[in-house]
Order: sequence, then structure tokens, then C-alpha cells
Amino acid sequence: MSRPDHHPAALSPVEQRVAALEALLTERGLLPEGFVDEITRRYESDIGPMNGAQVVARAWADPEYKKRLLADGTAAIAELGFGGPEGDHMVVVENTPAVHNVVVCTLCSCYPWPTLGLPPAWYKDPPYRARMVREPRRLLAEMGCRLPGDVEIRVWDSSAEVRYLVLPERPRGTEGLTEDELAGLVTRDSMIGVARL
Amino acid sequence: MDGIHDLGGMQGFGPVVRSTAEPVFQHRWEAVARALMVAVTGAVEASGGEFRHSIERMEPGDYLTSSYYEHWLTAAATLAVEHGLVTQSELEARAGGRFPLSGPVLAPQVRDAGPDVHEPRFGVGDQVRVRERHSPGHTRCPRYVRDKVGTVARVDGRQSVPDIEAHGTARRYEPTYSVRFDAADLWLDGQRDVSVHVDLWDSYLERP
Repeated sequence: MSRPDHHPAALSPVEQRVAALEALLTERGLLPEGFVDEITRRYESDIGPMNGAQVVARAWADPEYKKRLLADGTAAIAELGFGGPEGDHMVVVENTPAVHNVVVCTLCSCYPWPTLGLPPAWYKDPPYRARMVREPRRLLAEMGCRLPGDVEIRVWDSSAEVRYLVLPERPRGTEGLTEDELAGLVTRDSMIGVARL
Repeated sequence: MDGIHDLGGMQGFGPVVRSTAEPVFQHRWEAVARALMVAVTGAVEASGGEFRHSIERMEPGDYLTSSYYEHWLTAAATLAVEHGLVTQSELEARAGGRFPLSGPVLAPQVRDAGPDVHEPRFGVGDQVRVRERHSPGHTRCPRYVRDKVGTVARVDGRQSVPDIEAHGTARRYEPTYSVRFDAADLWLDGQRDVSVHVDLWDSYLERP
């Protein structure tokens, strides 16, 4: 049944389906006014990889903090004020000259929201999820992360409740930088493990 | 279930396509779809397992050809219909066309979850084999490690077993483990210096 009076032709089929469910839930009192905007703002502005970058910079600047971070990621990340859903069981894995870590969720899209925000589209799409556990060295190279052949690769499939954050290696020549300046060097991709700094 | 979502190791997919601009939401409807899922799972008190299973039950062709937030929309609508908040015909009338939902639950409701497991059966360094099971219901045991032998790398806290919580109100808590597999053992392709760690519940594992 077509309802052109409710849905202008400009709406795509998926937009029409979203609007349909939204309208029905609203009528039934299940979608409070402002709910969509509120949770959208939370994920667009309040959380994101700038949080994870602060954690990494602190670990680079403070060896004692780094020890705590690697021993109990959840508690050390909470010291900086980050935590909550998808961040309740954090494990931080450290890159070294000999070991490279990379994170994937083959079954869905598990990702550490409080430190990295919501995952990028490619992290949730089939090619990344299918291939990272099967041919990580090749896929990393394809994504621009070329590793020397003798570097060990550890892939972490987030299949239970733990969420992973990669601690990238501190770039050379950054000795004089402040913690804020260090945080500015840290990319989201380096904390997923698909890039080195 | 052995669904299309269980993608680890599948071949034939092309390159990982990344866009330079990566807004959190590419379109407004994605943010709305995400909020609708939060609203529906809250209203029906769906567990994480039930939520994930509602996506996993999508028709495989639909799953692969629709975007991530379409999965969430389909799952939200499926749960809303299954729990009696709306009907599919109401959805289709409002949408002015088809509104495909996920397929039916194939597994029975779990009545008896069995006792919680308090103590880990395995320790760091122990060898474990992943049980070869093909449950019709939800599981977080990926196909690509079933019947494979790995080594416990970390013992984590007790968590609700997804296979149970997805199918009713019963719950069982068990220790979870990070199990390290040598990639060459998984794929028999001779690759070296690569390990894959998978996080698994106690009941997924047995002694090799």
C-alpha cells in the first residue's frame, strides 16, 4: 500500500522502512521525544579515538601507567575517565619491534566504544572480518601496513566480552613532546592494528 | 547457527574498501536505525545474545547485500514483531512496500541453563580442543576454530553463556578464555609467525 502523503518520493526504501518503525514505536510510547538525537550525539561527539589516543600517550609518557595499563586495561583506562558499554573488559596488547597486534570481530562488530568510538564501516564489512584471521600479513600489506617478514603477527578475534586496544610503538624522535602532542600522533587505525606510526 | 554472519576465514571477498571521509553516521537514517535498536532491545529486555541472533537470522543474500545499519534495522523490526510491539503488516503498510524480517528462531527455548561454572577448568598454557558443535541457535564459537587445538593464553572472568541467554530468560555463567591458535594449524597453508586468538566460553572447550 502506497502512502505518498506520508512519505515523499525522495525517501529511499530503507529510509521508508526506518520511518515506518520509528513512527510505530513513537505512537506506542516506546520512543521518547529526543531519544534519537540524544544517543546520536553521544556517539558522534562524546566518544571517539581521541580518548584512546590519550590512553596511548599517557602510556608512552609514564612507564608506571603503562605497566598498569597492560596489567589491567579496564582499571587503567578508567583512571582517565573512560569506560562504559563495550569497555567494561579491556585488554591492551602492546606492539614491539618483534610483535604486531591487530583486532577483528569475525562474528559481528565488537569494538571498544569508550576508547575508539563506533567502528568504521570497513571494520564491520565482510572482507575485513573474513580475511584478517586467515591472511593477516597479506591483508595488512594491502591496507598499507607492511611488516618485515620476521615480525610476529597476533590477531585478536573479539568473540566474547573482552574488547581490545592496541598500544602502538612510540615513534622515534618524539622525546621532547608533551602528552597532548603525543596524543595528536596516535591514529585510530594504529589502535586497531591496521597501521603503524 | 551456522549463519552467514560467521565470516572468519571465508574466501572470495575482495579488498577492504575504506573511504577517506568516515563520518560516524553516513546518513541520518543510520543514526535513527541505531537508536531504534536501542529502544526495541530496551523495551523487550533482549539480552546481547538475543540481539545478535536477530541479526544472524537474516537471509544470507540480504545480509551480504545490505549495509550494517540495515542489519540493525531488520533486527530491530524482527524483535519488535516477535515480541508483539508491532506487526509486519503494519510495518509494510507504513513503509509502502516490503519490509523483510530475519528468519525464525530454529532452536528451542532454554528452560534449564544448568549450574554456573565457578572455577576455570583450564589454566594458561593448557592445550584445549574446541568442541565440534553445530547448534541451531546462537553461539559465539566461530566455525573456523571448531575441532581445532589451541593453547590457553589468558583466563578471563565469568560471563553469561550466549548460547543460553539468546533463547529465553535462563542464564548460566562460565569462565571465558583467550585461546591462541597457530594460523598454520587453522588454515594448513604453512604461514609462519602468525597466531589467532579467539575468546571462548568454558563449555566450548574440552581436553584434546
